[in-house]
Amino acid sequence: MSNLLDLIVAGLATGAIYALVAVGFTLLWQTSQTINFAQGEFVMLPAFLMLAVMHLGVPFWLAVLVGILLSALLLGLGFKLLLVDPMLRHGVLPLAIATMALAIGIKEAVKQFFSAEASPFPSIVPAGDISVLGRAISLQSLGVLAVAILAVIGLTTLLNRTSLGHQMQAAAQNPTVARIIGVPVERMILLTFLINAVLVALASLLITPIYLAKFSSGEVLGQAAFIAAIVGGFNQVRGAIAGGLLIGIVDNLAAAYVSTQYRAAVPMVLLILMILFRPQGLLGRAEERTV
Amino acid sequence: MTKHSRLLLAALAVIVIAGLIIIPMNFNRYGLYILSQWAVMTIAAMGLNLTLGYAGQVSLAQGAFVGIGAYGAAILTTHGWPLISALGFVIVICFAVGWLLGYPALRVQHHYLAFVTLAFSTLAFLVFRNESWLTNGIYGISNIPRPEIFGFPTRKPLPFYYLCLGSLGLVTLAMWWLIRSPWGRAFMALRENPIRAQSLGIDTRRYTLMAFAIGSVLGGIAGVLYAPLTQYVDPVPFNLQLSLDLLMMVIVGGSGFMFGPFLGAMIAVLLPEWLRFAEGYYLMLYAAAVIVLLIYSPSGILGILDRYLSSRRTQAASALRAAAQSKLEAAQ
Repeated sequence: MSNLLDLIVAGLATGAIYALVAVGFTLLWQTSQTINFAQGEFVMLPAFLMLAVMHLGVPFWLAVLVGILLSALLLGLGFKLLLVDPMLRHGVLPLAIATMALAIGIKEAVKQFFSAEASPFPSIVPAGDISVLGRAISLQSLGVLAVAILAVIGLTTLLNRTSLGHQMQAAAQNPTVARIIGVPVERMILLTFLINAVLVALASLLITPIYLAKFSSGEVLGQAAFIAAIVGGFNQVRGAIAGGLLIGIVDNLAAAYVSTQYRAAVPMVLLILMILFRPQGLLGRAEERTV
Repeated sequence: MTKHSRLLLAALAVIVIAGLIIIPMNFNRYGLYILSQWAVMTIAAMGLNLTLGYAGQVSLAQGAFVGIGAYGAAILTTHGWPLISALGFVIVICFAVGWLLGYPALRVQHHYLAFVTLAFSTLAFLVFRNESWLTNGIYGISNIPRPEIFGFPTRKPLPFYYLCLGSLGLVTLAMWWLIRSPWGRAFMALRENPIRAQSLGIDTRRYTLMAFAIGSVLGGIAGVLYAPLTQYVDPVPFNLQLSLDLLMMVIVGGSGFMFGPFLGAMIAVLLPEWLRFAEGYYLMLYAAAVIVLLIYSPSGILGILDRYLSSRRTQAASALRAAAQSKLEAAQ
């Protein structure tokens, strides 16, 4: 029973990271119908950018800042201008395929220019345990959870409480009407791309100390985040958060109680059940089908 | 299409087929292996092209069906079955599984379907890896025999390549017939507008399932050839990446075009080999090439050709019209 608490805390910590990645994924889908199959690689890359800056002798915190800025520039602005904008008019599928190619490109570039080996990455949270209710819980899990929760609270406050957030939501829900009432839709779409880039950089910063920086680490993470987004509701930021936490916990519990071999299958089964019985997701709205 | 251009096309087809038969005679073992792989992947991509390009359903499970086919062939032939009966078995299995997998397609659309099939891909991979009693787990199955076809052994690379090429030829003919049959027309009606198709009396349910099942069977057939080609089967080649690669082949070649998968598979299988001179950079170049192509032409390579031909046809037509007009004016 006490073991269960540990598993849930660890699950919440990884789940919170999935949530960060999944939120960016739903934001892009909402504003520009982009399914980014390179989202996992987007999480992998910022860690390497930060490592590269650190190799120049820059102190850790500054390197993190530069890494986040570079990520916003490359994965936000660059991604939108160079790939999404020219492809958007072609529809969802060619764009999705192009992001698959992008994933291959990013993976290979990191492997080629940086290293094919896993590199250690400094943690923003000190190692060690603290005792909560008589149980030892790793500081790292708690730190990750805290940072991710802060980021999510910050984002939802931005979206729901500020005029900028309302404009963003309007642009996502009905671009035509939003344009009529004077929302700068283009700028709002660019903003969601930048937010996605910052979220993946943050996720990178949180997850890389746990799993090391490796060129191939994006695959599993990207897939988990997609599943989280689907389970929670493809068109809902709240849903992506709930989905991320749920997948994180289920994944950890499955590894402990079902079987380590079929651990990866449990979220998949959850996904299939969800799609069959509640395709709009846990918290999602049903999208109207157009003829 | 005029009689002239049809003749030209037939001549081109004969030249390409003759080239595919004659030129590889001088290839080394590795060259033949790559070319056989191209033929096998083309078959799998043709199956996906049917599901995606003709029936409009996005599937990320084609790689899993190649895996089912490969494991089916590997397990049965190492137990002494002839390859042809393994093929029959795999066709039945893939048809049934593809049919079942099509059911979610009836409930959900577009990207949701992609994720159901993605989940299936992952599950299939886990079964290949974990059910050691059947698949020998991560160690894989080795010493897969190559078959004898009408008494001819195909143990050497060249005869086996001809077996792959011949199978590709048969599948192509079957596909050619299928998309021109009422079935194919129903598939296309389904892609263009499912609701209108239904109102025309097409049983959308049955045809969606059918497109899925037939597409899956082609994946299985590719797998049955894959096992004796590599003579070794393990779970790694059949992970999600293969499904994504096959999807990329179909889109890059030109989805909905009969010969799109041929080109797509050529680019996915052969281009990285040709780019080997670039060493570590070759997959990067490949990725960049795919992105540039898709930005320029989302309907793939055949899309470019199609647009070029149709613009030439309009030009020719307007030239004819102008000529007729001036003749008419001169007569007046």
